[in-house]
Amino acid sequence: MADEKFDTIVIGAGPSGNACAYTLAKRGLKVLQLERGEYPGSKNVQGAILYADALETIIPDFRKDAPLERHIIEQRIWMMDDRSYCGAHYRSEDFNEEQPNRYTIIRAPFDKWFSRKVAAAGALVICETTVLELVRDADGKVIGVRTDRDGDPIYADVVVMAEGVSGLVGARAGLRPVPKPDTVALAVKEMHFLPKETIEARFNLKGDEGVVIEAAGTITKGMTGTGFIYTNKECISIGIGCLISDFAETGQTPYGLLDSFKSHPSVKPLLAGSEVKEYAAHMIPEGGYKAIPQLYGDGWLIVGDAGQFVNAVHREGSNLAMTTGRLAAETILELKSRHAPLTAANLASYKKRLDESFVMKDLKKYRNLPGTLHNKHLFTTYPQLLSKAAQTWFRVDGIDKKSKEEAIVHSFFKARSLKGILGDAIGMVRAWR
Amino acid sequence: MHIVVCIKQVPDSAQIRVHPVTNTIMRQGVPTIINPYDLFSLEEALRLRDRNGGEVTCVTMGPPMAESALRKCMTYGADRAVLLTDRFFAGADTLATTYALAHLVTKVTEHWGAPDIVFCGKQTIDGDTAQVGPGIAKRLGLLQLTYVQKIEHCDLAAREIVVHRRAEGGIQVLKAKLPCLVTMLEGTNDMRRGTMEDAFRAARAEIVTWSAAQAQIPDLAFCGLKGSPTIVKKVFAPPPRAEKAFQIGVEGKTAGDISETLVAEIFKRQPGLEQDLTKSAGADF
Repeated sequence: MADEKFDTIVIGAGPSGNACAYTLAKRGLKVLQLERGEYPGSKNVQGAILYADALETIIPDFRKDAPLERHIIEQRIWMMDDRSYCGAHYRSEDFNEEQPNRYTIIRAPFDKWFSRKVAAAGALVICETTVLELVRDADGKVIGVRTDRDGDPIYADVVVMAEGVSGLVGARAGLRPVPKPDTVALAVKEMHFLPKETIEARFNLKGDEGVVIEAAGTITKGMTGTGFIYTNKECISIGIGCLISDFAETGQTPYGLLDSFKSHPSVKPLLAGSEVKEYAAHMIPEGGYKAIPQLYGDGWLIVGDAGQFVNAVHREGSNLAMTTGRLAAETILELKSRHAPLTAANLASYKKRLDESFVMKDLKKYRNLPGTLHNKHLFTTYPQLLSKAAQTWFRVDGIDKKSKEEAIVHSFFKARSLKGILGDAIGMVRAWR
Repeated sequence: MHIVVCIKQVPDSAQIRVHPVTNTIMRQGVPTIINPYDLFSLEEALRLRDRNGGEVTCVTMGPPMAESALRKCMTYGADRAVLLTDRFFAGADTLATTYALAHLVTKVTEHWGAPDIVFCGKQTIDGDTAQVGPGIAKRLGLLQLTYVQKIEHCDLAAREIVVHRRAEGGIQVLKAKLPCLVTMLEGTNDMRRGTMEDAFRAARAEIVTWSAAQAQIPDLAFCGLKGSPTIVKKVFAPPPRAEKAFQIGVEGKTAGDISETLVAEIFKRQPGLEQDLTKSAGADF
């Protein structure tokens, strides 16, 4: 073993690590993947929605045997106050297509499936093994890893850190900062089991059709965060998450938030009679473009959540993870094919590939948004005003429509002043562009 | 020396559920583990091997998915693993299981030499009978040392072993001739963490998988459901307790405050209790 050397060591068996290891092994490279969990997926938590495109690029026929739950035909966005929600719903028969675009999935079986593909492609996958540190040569180039198991270091030409948001290898080596409380959210979720027919009746679905609900408003008690409700085949995933800095500041508890989200009058009937069989919590990088660390160096690359690759606005993460994993693999394959050393200068082409892809373009577009969203009016004042306005508008009570309009406009200015509203609006538009 | 360790893959009893209608154990989706009692025997086997040299062969009878349990044994440091799997073995009780395993050990002997010791777990957490180890010993004509707390010494040259065995009312110190069968008590050792080399070997190992025919099991009539005289007459889940535990939340600055509010709250829920207590307190003091 001491004289054995791998082309690549991948740390972590989540979406980014699996995408990377699979792409490399499929093309014949000698790959070792190390995962600290008991099995791939045992430590991984997500809502979860799978965006088909990113996986399709890597495994075109994944629909044949991947454990998918429901394909999504309806998206609901809810602005909530304590007693109501204002919603935008989009449902289309077009989403009932041959190769659907989005699916709900359950990560434990999905990650196991993905990992079996990685192993079948020829990578050596070893679980229950934690990488403690990177091993460097005299010039500082990363040449391998040391694990928590006794033995010599394991050597490789390049180490890909797919270790997730809370992975410590990169941080210990000083290659990336430990994520700060205001760039990481803590999300909690529960799995509520219900008969298939009940879910279909409650959400107006048939067969494998699914609905996702994304919610924001007073459910986060003024903190920056969102809630979600996803339909799986025989259970409903419900969760909520906020910035860790907000939890620290307000003293709110994640489970307290989830409990009150679950007992909201609009949510409670959806879950009635269900049995909770699982609960989980996980951190989500929310720092966006500005929080992305250095992504490559002599003998190393960073992919997935470890690189803060999450688009918080569009609730995209696993697809960015898979894409960054694939692009890292393609970078390594290209350098290997022309026998180029895996130095920082050569691996810089990984960053170039990222910049040219939707990953960096999307994150760059929203680079100012994390700061702008740190505004409690967006999560309390406006949802409340919106709900009140809707109620004034829809209630028929003998008051004339012009007076109603005036009352609505007045309520906005009274709550947030012209300057405040303009400031919020300009901030949002600027951050969005 | 050659040591054979018999293990079983069992559902993780911490996560098991009973079907409300059929009263059968719902195994689907329940994670599996190596029977925890087996690990004490495996660790003891690995220690003996490390001391005396030789090899540890782990064997099991089970469905194809039991391969993962065997691979895990190799991650701990076992040298090889053999899976006996065939639909003929399904539904086996302990009598049929010992028949198959005893013949499996014989077959292992043909390939890799006779074991000096066969280890089994004390019992399984799903069957709880503690019959399989002694059953194998009987069928193979091995001396059996069950409920072993400690292996004092094992002398390969003299072909003898001295163990401490837990017995009713004390500890027996027993000297026996090799080969023998040993079942270890729980808590007698701590399972090691395999080295990186073990992890590599386990990940790359080909788990030897034999069907009934390949293992040359002589008579299938003694295997599986057919060979099992045990009849399960009734399976039932005990009725859930009618009383429910309450969680009482109280606030207060000092322990005294908290306990006073707590006691008041308990008395409010159970008025009879207060009367009983004050009555008996009055009688005593």
